[in-house]
Amino acid sequence: MSGLRGRRVTGAPLISATGLHVHHGDLPVLHGIDMAISRGEIVTLVGPNGSGKSTLIKALLGVVPASSGTVTRATGLRIGYVPQSLALDTTLPMPVARFLSLPTRHSKAEIAEALERTGVAGLQTRQLAALSGGQRQRVLLARALLGDPDILILDEPTQGLDQPGIAAFYALVAEVRAERGCAVLMVSHDLTVVMRASDRVICLNGHICCQGTPEAVLEAPEYSALFADSAAALAIYRHAHDHSHDHAHDHGDHG
Amino acid sequence: MLDDFLVRAGLAGVGVALAAGPLGSFVVWRRMAYFGDATAHAAILGVALALALELPVVLGTLILAAFVGWAVAALAARGRAVDMSLIVVAYGALAAGLVAVSLAGGGRVNLEAYLFGDILTVTTGDLKVVWGGAILVVALLLWRWSALLTSTLNEDLASAAGLDPARERLVLTLALAVVVAVALKVVGALLIGAMLVIPAAAAQSLARSPEAMAVMAVVAGVLSVLGGLAASYRLDTPAGPSIVVAAAVLFVASLAVRRRTSA
Repeated sequence: MSGLRGRRVTGAPLISATGLHVHHGDLPVLHGIDMAISRGEIVTLVGPNGSGKSTLIKALLGVVPASSGTVTRATGLRIGYVPQSLALDTTLPMPVARFLSLPTRHSKAEIAEALERTGVAGLQTRQLAALSGGQRQRVLLARALLGDPDILILDEPTQGLDQPGIAAFYALVAEVRAERGCAVLMVSHDLTVVMRASDRVICLNGHICCQGTPEAVLEAPEYSALFADSAAALAIYRHAHDHSHDHAHDHGDHG
Repeated sequence: MLDDFLVRAGLAGVGVALAAGPLGSFVVWRRMAYFGDATAHAAILGVALALALELPVVLGTLILAAFVGWAVAALAARGRAVDMSLIVVAYGALAAGLVAVSLAGGGRVNLEAYLFGDILTVTTGDLKVVWGGAILVVALLLWRWSALLTSTLNEDLASAAGLDPARERLVLTLALAVVVAVALKVVGALLIGAMLVIPAAAAQSLARSPEAMAVMAVVAGVLSVLGGLAASYRLDTPAGPSIVVAAAVLFVASLAVRRRTSA
């Protein structure tokens, strides 16, 4: 496709974790995480509440330190991050255009283009705190795109959106990936919607339960155990296993 | 005709307002008002330190304010009950400072001057210190502006952009210590927090961008200083408290203006 800006999937991952353990105080949150994200792929992280999804994102960003193991980011990696929610302090007046230039200044034309791309053209002078949930997520995505990212990292970007809003947002993410060729790592609860837009799904519950193509994960017993409707199934599940599946990614190549 | 001492007082107040405007805006945005008070109250302990060691008062307060600011930031980072800890530090430091000053200085120390300021006795030397500190703080904030604003908005967003939120917190702690040290003479330890928060709060009612708020906070601070000094001169009221009253009046007026513009 013409819009890929010469980026191609290459062997070296953009971000990888090797034997990653993270503790909050004495509480283990993540253990034995081995994963890697390559150029251009869309990877979705799914898992129940408290399974460490946001913590894993923050460890990959370098916000949360690893207790042991390593996180490796490609040198000069540009990350476009969309946080789970932006806790907006109403004492801080912040027009959308100003927000898009934080911390790096962008021209008016670039800002207008980014807002247009994410479907919220013309919001420049609106206050960030006055936007609807859907507008805010699109503005956050526009900000992430302005940095010309190698990878977009989206932490439950559709919280607070209605069903059509969620579908439209993920369609937008898929379009952006197709145009720019950037990788996407996202966290989601909205499994069925997200899975269609994902190349690979990682199912997390403190450790990686299973991973692979969306279809393969949907059929995996670990996945159904985690997401069975009944709470009893969740309680019974002891995830005393951590085996690889046939579609497991390449573990050997950590820069 | 304005007397020389009144000109010096005005210049000192304007210097403080210049630094307090942008710094106070961050204090408001980051909900650091108690933090500002704790640091400011520690200045009294700094006065005692300066008296005991025969250091310049500005140096003693700078050291103590920086130390307490750092200690409180460390407490907050460890997730203790933050406002409770801050009150313990703020009043503990204030009370210990008052005790220590009377021990170190005997009966000759005019405590009121340190608590409420002594702007009418500002010397040319004091002016140099106030303006030196103010320019230093403004330069520091301008240099780090974008990074400070990003990590104020969202620390994870700042980290993802390659910034270090902990470093930006340290910048604010240092700037706060400098403002406390130079403002002690002007409004006193008890009212420094007011000079940080009230002009910024008045600006907040009207500003549409962070930069506009910082500039308007400086304007509100300057108006408060000039208005308060004028009132103090005419009515023979204490200068420091008069300045803060003027700031509070501006804040109330800003609420009225906002109500009219938004209605």
